[in-house]
Amino acid sequence: MTYDREMREEGLDSNAPGLTGDDDEANSGPAPSGYGQIPDEPVDVDVTAVDPSLADPEHVAEVVAPQREIRTAEGAPLMRMEHVTMKFGGLVALDDVSFDIKRGEILGLIGPNGAGKTTCFNTMTGVYRPTEGQVVFDGRVLGKLKRNEITRAGIARTFQNIRLFNEMTALENVAVGTDARHKTSVPGALFRTTRHRDEERDAIDRGMALLEFVGIGERATEKAKNLPYGDQRRLEIARALATEPKLLCLDEPAAGFNPAEKSALMDLIRKIRDDGYTVLLIEHDMRLVMGVTDRIVVLEFGRMIAEGLPDEIRDNEQVIAAYLGVPDDESA
Amino acid sequence: MSTPAAASGKPQARADQPKPAGGKEKIAIGDRFRLWWNSLSRPTQWAVGVPFIILLALLPVVRPPGISTVGTDFGGVMAQFGMIALIAIGLNVVVGQTGLLDLGYVGFYAVGAYTVGLLTSPDSPWNQTGDGGWLSAKWAWLAVLPIAVAITAISGLILGTPTLRLRGDYLAIVTLGFGEIVRLLADNLDTLTRGGQGLSQVAYPRLGESDTAMNGVFAAGYSNGGNINNGVWWFWLSLLLIVLVLLGVGNLERSRVGRSWVAIREDEDAAEIMGVPTFRFKLWAFVIGAGIGGLSGALYAGQVQFVVPTNFNVINSMLFLCAVVLGGQGNKLGVILGAFIVVYLPNYFLGRTEFLWWNINGNAIADYKYLFFGLALIVLMIFRPQGLIPVRQKLMTYGRQIWLAARGKRTKFDDNPAGSDKPGSTAAAEVSR
Repeated sequence: MTYDREMREEGLDSNAPGLTGDDDEANSGPAPSGYGQIPDEPVDVDVTAVDPSLADPEHVAEVVAPQREIRTAEGAPLMRMEHVTMKFGGLVALDDVSFDIKRGEILGLIGPNGAGKTTCFNTMTGVYRPTEGQVVFDGRVLGKLKRNEITRAGIARTFQNIRLFNEMTALENVAVGTDARHKTSVPGALFRTTRHRDEERDAIDRGMALLEFVGIGERATEKAKNLPYGDQRRLEIARALATEPKLLCLDEPAAGFNPAEKSALMDLIRKIRDDGYTVLLIEHDMRLVMGVTDRIVVLEFGRMIAEGLPDEIRDNEQVIAAYLGVPDDESA
Repeated sequence: MSTPAAASGKPQARADQPKPAGGKEKIAIGDRFRLWWNSLSRPTQWAVGVPFIILLALLPVVRPPGISTVGTDFGGVMAQFGMIALIAIGLNVVVGQTGLLDLGYVGFYAVGAYTVGLLTSPDSPWNQTGDGGWLSAKWAWLAVLPIAVAITAISGLILGTPTLRLRGDYLAIVTLGFGEIVRLLADNLDTLTRGGQGLSQVAYPRLGESDTAMNGVFAAGYSNGGNINNGVWWFWLSLLLIVLVLLGVGNLERSRVGRSWVAIREDEDAAEIMGVPTFRFKLWAFVIGAGIGGLSGALYAGQVQFVVPTNFNVINSMLFLCAVVLGGQGNKLGVILGAFIVVYLPNYFLGRTEFLWWNINGNAIADYKYLFFGLALIVLMIFRPQGLIPVRQKLMTYGRQIWLAARGKRTKFDDNPAGSDKPGSTAAAEVSR
């Protein structure tokens, strides 16, 4: 597993470029709002004081997702969009879209504004039910599953506009994610059963491990609303990962980031993929998408106009036309 | 939340540290209390909490002049406080923790009271205490108590199942209707509830019977000759129940259940997408809140031995809500303080002719209590919208260890001179707990 000491030292123990902004930037001009709160020296909470085993990076990697069982083989399609059409009244937001997400890849979903990216995303994550066609995930049709059941089936997402639980600490936010795999309800919590106590420990173990994984372990006990913007984005990813997803869907995770933060985010996304997750990435930023994805699907006006490797997409005339428009003399 | 948080989130120091120059801003007393309480270790919290509860329990026995009420019996006022405090805790689960605005909470209070009334009052056709009934006169109230809680919880389930699909204002309207429906039913089902005449001679716990106290210490009119009357005994009973309910609610709060509630309050859609079965946990909150309300209603029915629909007006719902909002939504200790204010202040002024150095008409002030609570709420919303003791719930069973571990590091950071020119972080972190 890729979670190793080096990464952690890069992410936490030094002032290496990270989502929290690197030193040069922080010192060279007015910092973006919220960044004034970053201490010069990162303050590392001693997690090992809580759980000594977290000092072992191998253990951290194991602890992050212990219960995940994926039926789909490596490289086989984990999610299949099968002729999905989505209509809102007379508006056709998605028109017969079919593509696969293969297990273990980072798939980019791009398109100009209004192309149907977010609709597509919402159809996949159960916010909308497709008008026609179906979404098959890990051998299951996501027909009538409720949204929380879809999460437990193994699809986790982040939000384009950050939607954390503001009044909760970072760790509690992640704990809500881990709770997706927990079963304690009112009687168990009331009488503090063994299962409840085990699950609470699991929430802390995995929660802290995930916060370390995304690089904000030292901010575990701060309220989510007090975190800087970049850390909030990271926290959203950690919270999504806490549900032990098979597929992680990121909705414009780099919105509002500067280039240094974007490159740190790319590293994080790769790290997540290397850890055995499949990632679907919706993004506007072409450089980020081209740099990090294995394969790209392009939507325009609700239709899929291209699918292929980043290099192919870069040279695809239809895609260029969709993004840049067609010169008058050619279209005439 | 922003006004006071921002005000107190500026550089400030803990009691043991010198305040940084130029950044001296007041920290509200509620925040200060919470910081102090959270800084205590668990055994110290018990060591402070238990004597405090004992002192509180002895308050109506000692009846310190200046604190005791003159117009009404202080023991009775404290008993009323105990019941409203229970209600506030129950309503806090629904409104403060889960963020469901319930304007008809008095309905559950009424269901609890009427369950006891219908099963134990000789006026009721369902009376079970007389000949052929399955309740012995001595233990009737105690036996009916769990039944009242269960039936109220079921009424919460019945109300919640269809209505919890609604959100925000719509839920508030439906619950408001529920409160009124319960009261109107009680008023109009003459054959069952005797309508406006009410049900009298409701059972109460017959404990401590002796030659001097024929009907036990909980009977109306009991007094030991000194300050200990039946009101004091009811206060002690409700205090015991409050402690038990607080332990239970605290356990729920520091678990998956409490986290789900707060997540629903913060962002219901995001919570559901993160795998929280929102409907199920909202229903649980409703049922638990209802059960606690029913418990309080049963206490009330036993204490006054008389239930009548006018005691369950919608205005009472508002008063309960006022206690929760005043004290601090989501904070268990805060809402108890809110309940105390709501019950104690009007009774304090009742019959008083002078306050400090003014001559006042205390009865008039008590009569206008809704006006004053309304004004107090408006002032509170402007200056301290999060309530007197604002929420900072601990949502993890072993969260305390983590918090202490993190805080240990934070303290180091506080002492770091390099950090002192960027003080926002620690101060904000400090207040955010």
